[in-house]
This record gives sequence, C-alpha cells and structure tokens, in this order.
Amino acid sequence: MDRGHYKIFLGMAAGVGKTYRMLQEGHAEAAAGRDVAIGYLEPHKRRETSDQARGLEVVPRRSVPYREVTAEEMNLPALLARRPELALIDELAHSNPPGLEHGKRYEDIADVLAAGIDVFSTVNVQHLESLNDRVAELTGVTVRETVPDSVLATADEVVLIDLTPEALIARLRAGKIYPGENIQAALDNFFRIENLAALREVSLRQVAEDVESKRLTLHQAEQVGTREERVAEEVPKAVGERLLALIRPQPSSQRLVRRAWRSAQRLGTDLDLLWVKPPGKPIEGEVERQVTALRRLASVLGATLLIEEHDDVVAAVARVVRERGSTYIMGGESLPARGLARLRTPLPQKLMRATPPGVDVRIVAHRGLKDGES
Amino acid sequence: MIEHFLVGFALLLGLFGGYLIASSRWQGKRSERPEDVRRILLPFTGTEISRRAVDAALRLARAESGTLMPAYLAAVPKQLPLDCAIPAEAAKAMPMLEAIEQRAAAQGVPVDSRIERGRSYRHALARLLEHETFDRVVVSATATGAAGFSGDDLVWLLDKAPAEVLILRPGPSDEARLTASRA
Repeated sequence: MDRGHYKIFLGMAAGVGKTYRMLQEGHAEAAAGRDVAIGYLEPHKRRETSDQARGLEVVPRRSVPYREVTAEEMNLPALLARRPELALIDELAHSNPPGLEHGKRYEDIADVLAAGIDVFSTVNVQHLESLNDRVAELTGVTVRETVPDSVLATADEVVLIDLTPEALIARLRAGKIYPGENIQAALDNFFRIENLAALREVSLRQVAEDVESKRLTLHQAEQVGTREERVAEEVPKAVGERLLALIRPQPSSQRLVRRAWRSAQRLGTDLDLLWVKPPGKPIEGEVERQVTALRRLASVLGATLLIEEHDDVVAAVARVVRERGSTYIMGGESLPARGLARLRTPLPQKLMRATPPGVDVRIVAHRGLKDGES
Repeated sequence: MIEHFLVGFALLLGLFGGYLIASSRWQGKRSERPEDVRRILLPFTGTEISRRAVDAALRLARAESGTLMPAYLAAVPKQLPLDCAIPAEAAKAMPMLEAIEQRAAAQGVPVDSRIERGRSYRHALARLLEHETFDRVVVSATATGAAGFSGDDLVWLLDKAPAEVLILRPGPSDEARLTASRA
C-alpha cells in the first residue's frame, strides 16, 4: 500500500492562520470530489476557524480520563476505520495522554499515512526540536511539546503560513487569537514585535532549507529505499558543508573565528576550529589564556575546538579535513616572510595540494582599517 | 686574481646565508613572543556602546601600551543551560566587536575581545572577573538605565573588580554611540 501524501502547514506562532488555511484547502479538495474528514480540529474558540470547518465531516473525538480531568483526543482507531482519502489533523506536536496508541500526535499521523490516507496537519516552528533552544534564546519562552525535525523532513509538502509581526499583533488586538482578558498578557510576553520578527526569520529559513534539501533529494532518483531513509541519510551529504578555521592561540584568531562563524551561519554549516600545536610545547601562560578564551568563544558560537599536536601543519589539516568532511578551510594572513622563509611554498598552496579536491581554501584579510575610515 | 674574487664571493655568499638564517629565526621568535601587557576591560551589553567609553578605553590603552579587551555580556534565558550556544546573542555581539576593533586599529591599539554568558549582565560580568585578569575596567554609567550599567551595577563592580574602575558619568556626548552600522 502506498503511503499517503503528507502536507504540513508551518507557522511562526499561534494565530497566523495555519488551521484556517488547512481547512480552506480541505474544502477545496472536497469540492474537487475527494473524501475529506477532519481527524482532529483545535479551533481555540476562534469563530473564524469554527466557521471554516462547517461542511466538513468530523470524526468524533474520544474521551480519555487523565488525572482528574477528561481529555478529548483524536480517535485514531475511528479515523482509520472511517478511512477517508484525506484527513485533516491539527497540531501534530500535541502530546497524547498516557494509555493511547502513541505518546505523540505525529506518531498517530504516521499510522494514518501508512494506511494510505493523505494528511494535512499544522505545527508552529518553535515545536521543532532543533529550533527549540534557538527560539527559547530569542524569545525567552521554552516550548515543552517538541517534535523531531525528521517529521518535517518526511512531509511531501511544507507550506509556510506567513504573516508580518505587525499584522499578527493587529489580529491579536482585534481578539481574533485569544479572548479579551488574555490579550494584554500575550502582548506583554510572547507577542512582542522583536519576538515575532525573530520567529518569522526562523520559519522562513526553515522552509528555505526544507525546499533546498528536497530539491537536492529529487536528483537522487536512482536511490533505493524508502523516502524517509533517503531524506534522513542523503540530505546531510548533499547539502552538508563544513567549515574549518585554522587558528592559533593569539587574540587575532578571535577575529578569524568571528568571520568564520558568520560565513558558517550564511552557509548553514557547522564550524570547526583547529589549532595545530607544535609537539612537546606545554600549554601555559599566555597560550593557555588564549586557548581558554577560544574554547569559551567556540562554546558561545556552538563551534568545535580541535587541538591537534603535530609538527606538520599541512598534514594535520589534511587529516582533519578528511575526518571531519570539511569543505571550506579558512585561515588568517601570515606574517610577511623573511629570510629563507621567502623560498617556501605558501601555506594556502600547500593546503590546496594536500586536501581532497573540492575543498575551498580562503584567506581572511587583516581588515585593520577599512578604506575611507578615520 | 680569480682566486681572490672567488674567496670574496664565497665570503659574501656566507654572510648573506647567515643573514637569511638569522632573520628567519628572529621571525619565528617574534611570532612566539608572549604578550605581557596591561589589559583594559570594556564591558558592554546590547547593540550600542557609548563612544565616549570606547574612546576613553582606547586612550588609556594607548597611553599604557596596553591591550583593549571589549567584552560583550550576554544574558542566557534561565530555561537554557548556562553553557549553551547563543547564536542570536553572538550575532548581536559580532558587529559591535568588529566596530570596536576597527576603531582600535585606527589608533594602533591591539584588541583581545570576549563574549561572556551569564544569567544576567551582572552575572556575566562576575564570571568574566573570575577567569580573566585585567588592570583597568572602563564602564559608562547611564542616566536612563536603557543602556550601560545601573547605579547598583556600578557599586557592585567597584566592590568586586580586582582592578581600577573608571566610571564615566553620563554626559551630553553620550548620545554619540558606537553602533555596528557605523563600522
């Protein structure tokens, strides 16, 4: 049996219109003659959303006693028995109470898809596991219900429901997201322009990366295995750049690290920092101080600091490049060569020869003073 | 005659070779020389810093042949581990540190910058005081509390910092701030 088609509506925050858009598309599918049913809908008491759901069949929820209350949850067995062509299932990051088939709704959805039923679902970007910390850092809010990023990767389509922060706040003020008594609290906490702008940027990047990875995966048509395996295994290889910055324990390396990190951010790559330490030289005094500073900076940036003891810098770099799968090497400018050093082959050329083909070598200029600055 | 020429030539060649070897060794030593210099700490938060504070720190560093240590203080939300990566804060710090370095480079002052994490700005500063050594701290007091350090922070700093603390009182020229966009 073919797996169902999976479409996820992704938003930056509650109230952008994910559920509404899902229902709109559900109606369009029904109008086109398909058998559509709502597996689970969470209208959050929003009249517009409830109105939009009218005319679509709803698979009744089931009551699940949990602690001292009764939760109304999606009825997975009933939905599988009903077997529509397309099921609309809201809030894929939701955690089920104990005793149900699965702990998470996205796992329920996997069963529905496996039964050959197409699924439309919704999620907010802060629920994605890899972005949870970043979102918490940006907004100060930690979301407890998270889903693995692979859930998004397994979707056939991801649709970003985009709204400007100003428009979302206007919707909030108009009472279209939360009831009146909760509006001010929401404005004071999560729904601030800077939070929403940051979340919007994260959402846009996430969808851009998803589009890029799917585009590259499509080129692997001759691959065998399930689609999930292809996405999980091949995307890191296909889009996985890795940047290696060659540093020394001295203050000027901090600037090189910053440049390398900014490049890594733009490329969406991981960053490794490598110091090839001369053998037998103890790490003490000023060197120790600088190594500690670099280690702390690496930790702040989420980079990896590597210290390799070797008397041949080029050989050590070449080995690390192969081991780490680096695709870019960045180094600082050398001091002007003097004496016999003038006769030596420059380090970048040696690196080009020693590293595998396809590895770029970039020298970061010492931009002590930009032209035209006073 | 030819013998004298050959001897002279060999002598010159030897002298030149000796110079090359000596100069390349000197170069090696030059790059390894430890830096035993005075350090001027310039802590700051946010995306702008008083230009007066930067200039004061640079004047001090230049007068004492010291190194300027600009330190961006980042507050980590309590939901996250203190030692977690903070890319959003780092993205704010980077352009500011670049801007300060550019200004320092224009005056020939070496820079050794830091980004320090803490639960609050004061906590980040306390962590910096714990593991770094410096000779002076330059901070800018603020009348508004919107930027710079509050009165409480400054009292705390005077009490805790194992170095001379130079506090710049709020002034009209505080409107001139160094921001990343100007760098």
